[in-house]
Amino acid sequence: MASTRDIRRRIKSVKNTAQITKAMQMVAAAKMRKAQQAALVGRPYAKLLNVMMAEAATGTVGFDHPLMQSRPVGKRAVVVVGSDRGLCGGLNGNLFREVTKLDKNITVFVTAGKKASLFIARTKRTLAAEFSYKDTPEFAEARAISKFVQQLFLKGEVDAVDILYPRFINTLTQQPSLVPFLPIGKLSAVTAGLNAPKDELSNHDTAEIFEFEPDEETVLGQLLPHSLNFQMHQILLETKASEQSARMVAMKNATDNAKQIIKDLTLEYNKLRQANITKELLEITTAQMAIS
Amino acid sequence: MAATLKLEIVTPTATVFSDDVEMVTLTGIDGEMGIYPQHMPLMTQLAAGEIIAKKGSENIYLAVGEGFVQITGQAVSVLTDMAIKADDIDEVKADEARQKAEQRLSEKLSEEETATVQASLLHATSQLKLKQRTRR
Repeated sequence: MASTRDIRRRIKSVKNTAQITKAMQMVAAAKMRKAQQAALVGRPYAKLLNVMMAEAATGTVGFDHPLMQSRPVGKRAVVVVGSDRGLCGGLNGNLFREVTKLDKNITVFVTAGKKASLFIARTKRTLAAEFSYKDTPEFAEARAISKFVQQLFLKGEVDAVDILYPRFINTLTQQPSLVPFLPIGKLSAVTAGLNAPKDELSNHDTAEIFEFEPDEETVLGQLLPHSLNFQMHQILLETKASEQSARMVAMKNATDNAKQIIKDLTLEYNKLRQANITKELLEITTAQMAIS
Repeated sequence: MAATLKLEIVTPTATVFSDDVEMVTLTGIDGEMGIYPQHMPLMTQLAAGEIIAKKGSENIYLAVGEGFVQITGQAVSVLTDMAIKADDIDEVKADEARQKAEQRLSEKLSEEETATVQASLLHATSQLKLKQRTRR
């Protein structure tokens, strides 16, 4: 049986752990609010961008942009967006389970976030490039990733690009989801990653034929890559929101568990202490009786 | 009441402007244009500069970055990476940003960085220009 000193030592160590997880929970909670806010403010922009794209596409007849070309899919690229750090519950684990479902031989991976790169490298999958992004993802970081996959696609090295990321549903739920990125087939697909309500697009009067200035090629040639870059940025923001939420929940669970353990250990400690006192008393009285 | 246009200016961080106005002047990629209600549907790129919205007797000035404009007979939608109302421009800050950007441009930068710095330089200069113009 453990001595009182052992138990005391364990209580102390668990208390330290609880303190750390509690602190991490607080930090994650603060960051989560910021990240969620950042993910939400981009919505009106995303919505308007989608409306523009949809209307532009219906307004042009027979226009074909290289980014819209759909080819039979031989090789495809998947952008895995994970977190940089662990200790965020099952977030990365769930994501990587989806990765293992993909065919190793025809898929090349592009990763964002350290954990994702590590996983792809560890499981010996083809890693085309790895990117990093900061706590508050910047547009430039998203643009770098987006440009890279567009290059892959335009050079014909891959025939389709998908993005795998933990979609933010609410603080408790994050869903790993695989969304198509390239080719920009049906423009409605662009909305998928941004969970913009699709009804609003169809409500819009799309019968109008637009004039383009200077010409449609130039305008769409700018608009399409921009919208891809923006979509990528939005995905990074959502991933951050998911990560912070998952971490907060995981840390809260850890803190609760630690508190429970402290409670149990304290009970055991007190029991043992009492038993010891009783034993000592007994020894003293028996000794006294033997003398007299 | 005269016919109006619904002007919407949206940036990735906020909806900066959303109101009914009578006329919009903006700088397109091919030059400045004035848009009245019943304009023909048009899509174009927006150059960094200013947008003037006329509402009643009042003129509302905004400094904007690069972006896209979509015009229908009833509405003007502007997507841009930066938009700020003339009254909200902090001249000192904008000037500082401009100097910093110019300095950064003289250094050696990667393609990505150059794009970012150039964008912020455009933002700062369009803000400053607008501020000087509205003061007169």
